[in-house]
Amino acid sequence: MPAPEQKKIRIATTSLAGCFGCHMSLLDIDERLFALLEQVEFDRSPLTDIKHCGPCDIGLVEGGICNAENVHVLREFRNNCKILVAVGACAVTGGLPAQRNHLSLADCLQEVYVTEISLHNGMIPNDPELPLPLDKVHPLHEVVKVDYFIPGCPPSADTLWKFLTDLLTGRTPKLGADLIRYD
Amino acid sequence: MSQTALSNNLETAAHPETLRRVAIDPISRVEGHGKVTLLLDEDDHVQQVRLHIVEFRGFEKFIQGRPYWEVPVMVQRLCGICPVSHHLAASKALDQIVGAHTLTPTADKLRRLMHYGQILQSHALHFFHLSSPDLLFGFGSEMAQRNIVGIAAAYPEVARQGVLLRKFGQEVIRHTAGKRIHGTGSVPGGVNKNLSIAERDELLKDIYQMIGWARGAVHLARQLFEQNLAEFNAFGRFNAHTLSLIRADGAMDLYHGGLRARHMDGSTLFDHVNYCHYWEQISEEVKPWSYMKFPFLKSLGPETGWYRVGPLARVTQCDFIPTPLADKERQDFLAFDAGNTAGATLGYHWARMIEMLHAAEAIKELLHDADLQGDELVVAAADRGERQERGVGMIEAPRGTLIHHYRVDEHDQVIRANLIVSTTHNNQAMNEAVRQVARQYLDGRKLTEGLLNHIEVAVRCFDPCLSCATHALGKMPLQVELLDAEGKEIDRLVRGVCDTEPSCC
Ligand code: SF4
Repeated sequence: MPAPEQKKIRIATTSLAGCFGCHMSLLDIDERLFALLEQVEFDRSPLTDIKHCGPCDIGLVEGGICNAENVHVLREFRNNCKILVAVGACAVTGGLPAQRNHLSLADCLQEVYVTEISLHNGMIPNDPELPLPLDKVHPLHEVVKVDYFIPGCPPSADTLWKFLTDLLTGRTPKLGADLIRYD
Repeated sequence: MSQTALSNNLETAAHPETLRRVAIDPISRVEGHGKVTLLLDEDDHVQQVRLHIVEFRGFEKFIQGRPYWEVPVMVQRLCGICPVSHHLAASKALDQIVGAHTLTPTADKLRRLMHYGQILQSHALHFFHLSSPDLLFGFGSEMAQRNIVGIAAAYPEVARQGVLLRKFGQEVIRHTAGKRIHGTGSVPGGVNKNLSIAERDELLKDIYQMIGWARGAVHLARQLFEQNLAEFNAFGRFNAHTLSLIRADGAMDLYHGGLRARHMDGSTLFDHVNYCHYWEQISEEVKPWSYMKFPFLKSLGPETGWYRVGPLARVTQCDFIPTPLADKERQDFLAFDAGNTAGATLGYHWARMIEMLHAAEAIKELLHDADLQGDELVVAAADRGERQERGVGMIEAPRGTLIHHYRVDEHDQVIRANLIVSTTHNNQAMNEAVRQVARQYLDGRKLTEGLLNHIEVAVRCFDPCLSCATHALGKMPLQVELLDAEGKEIDRLVRGVCDTEPSCC
């Protein structure tokens, strides 16, 4: 990386209980990625090998919270990012993973690890290396303060581009009706 | 290399409580949520290495009771990198349920086009955005540079082509599925749109450039092997059986076929097996330390029956690739270094680029096919067979064989679902690769960030989709409370939930 001449905006991104579709949508800005890189640098993100979020200007979080580790990472983001953004339906509402919220965890476990047709042995993973699952999947704002919410599953690349370019130029982000979708 | 390390398979240390733990958490530049833990003795000898998948979804449970036509749209939300694979595997399973056993030519080809768009974009993303930094800068290179930003600065043309190849694949998906991520183009029994002349022409405009760049990417992979032959061939190497779908004539077919499995000694274990009874061939073992199961071939058993899937398995076990440029590259790959590289873990990258070239050629052929402008989109009621209760869909997703299995009752509701995703098939193979790398590079040495990245380089060869692989749930004997910013309890973390509800286990 060339030494930054002027201070670049530092962005961290992470996926909690999400499918990475929101990250893919960010990459869907295509060639505009190179223009973005003129102005920003990435801290922790699936694109870099930085494992912990350091002090940042903007944190983009995809996915809701489904286990203890998600809570830990989210709090680390909140503590380090001046602006924290809930990106996509999962982060804003819990999204598809929250479909399990009306079921008992026990039933889900039974289904996946004991009942399924192709299983050799029925056993539920229980190693301390596996983070504790939460009873329910939660949206981000139930655990930390969130500064912006971007709906969509995923929000389109144009939506994310408009949002980021507004922030980078010091404007309050404004998304027109055409850029806000709830699918 | 230590004797102790050599004397066991490194899966489980005899006395883990006496060992020092080092975690690579999260594994970065992969999709999904995983970590690797290493246990080391006081002389820095590696005693245990495990790749853990740390997240869960519960899809198989919460899909129950939903109307079946929602499935192809919902299931994509398991994975935003290969949503089309889930979209199509689910559609194929539901085709059987609605009795649509032979799709119309327009539907079949449109789905194929969508799928090859997906292969192209996913392989481009993996090679250029995620793995090229390791390959071009070195496995132990400076961390700050080891990412797509570093590539854009040092190799701007490589980065540009990667971004544009991925863009093109995404545009193929948009024109066939309606949307780049989580589209809706495929429905039980067919598709809901064709490809207009305008859409076709837009894609035709760029396809020849894409084929050229994809070929360049294959040559880049080859060149990297030429420059680092001994190291690349040996890196994380292990022997494994292979599994993939295969066309009736032995050709690579990523959309449909029968199951072929080869023994690591080169002999055929089974061939052209109808996948609708996959559980007769494949079983899955659960291990306590990962949410991802461990599939194996039933005839060989869990100890030795595990196998690899994905580009390396497909390119090495097909008889030919049905597009000329990719088939030429396949032959070069198989012959390279007297066949050694075709068994190398890093050979996945080269094989992946051959498949990307094949996808680009297949897209070109499909774009010239007038059936794509046809208007018979779904199988007409009169042409359908009996409705079935059970449907199994299989497809070769970018990362390997993907299985979707549903049962639907007479009220159109899903009553059972079972998924075995591509990355799950590679679970044991990935564990073998990281253990091998631990023996080769880490054992007895002071661990540095650069050395630890070697472990991740091995994981990345498989392009694992740890997000797909986490549709399961876990239980552990503990309880913790989750408090909001004001200290109010909003949830409990539940371990031991099954212990308190005996009806469950
Ligand atoms: S909002 Fe949609 S695209 Fe984003 S992580 Fe959730 S399921 Fe994936």
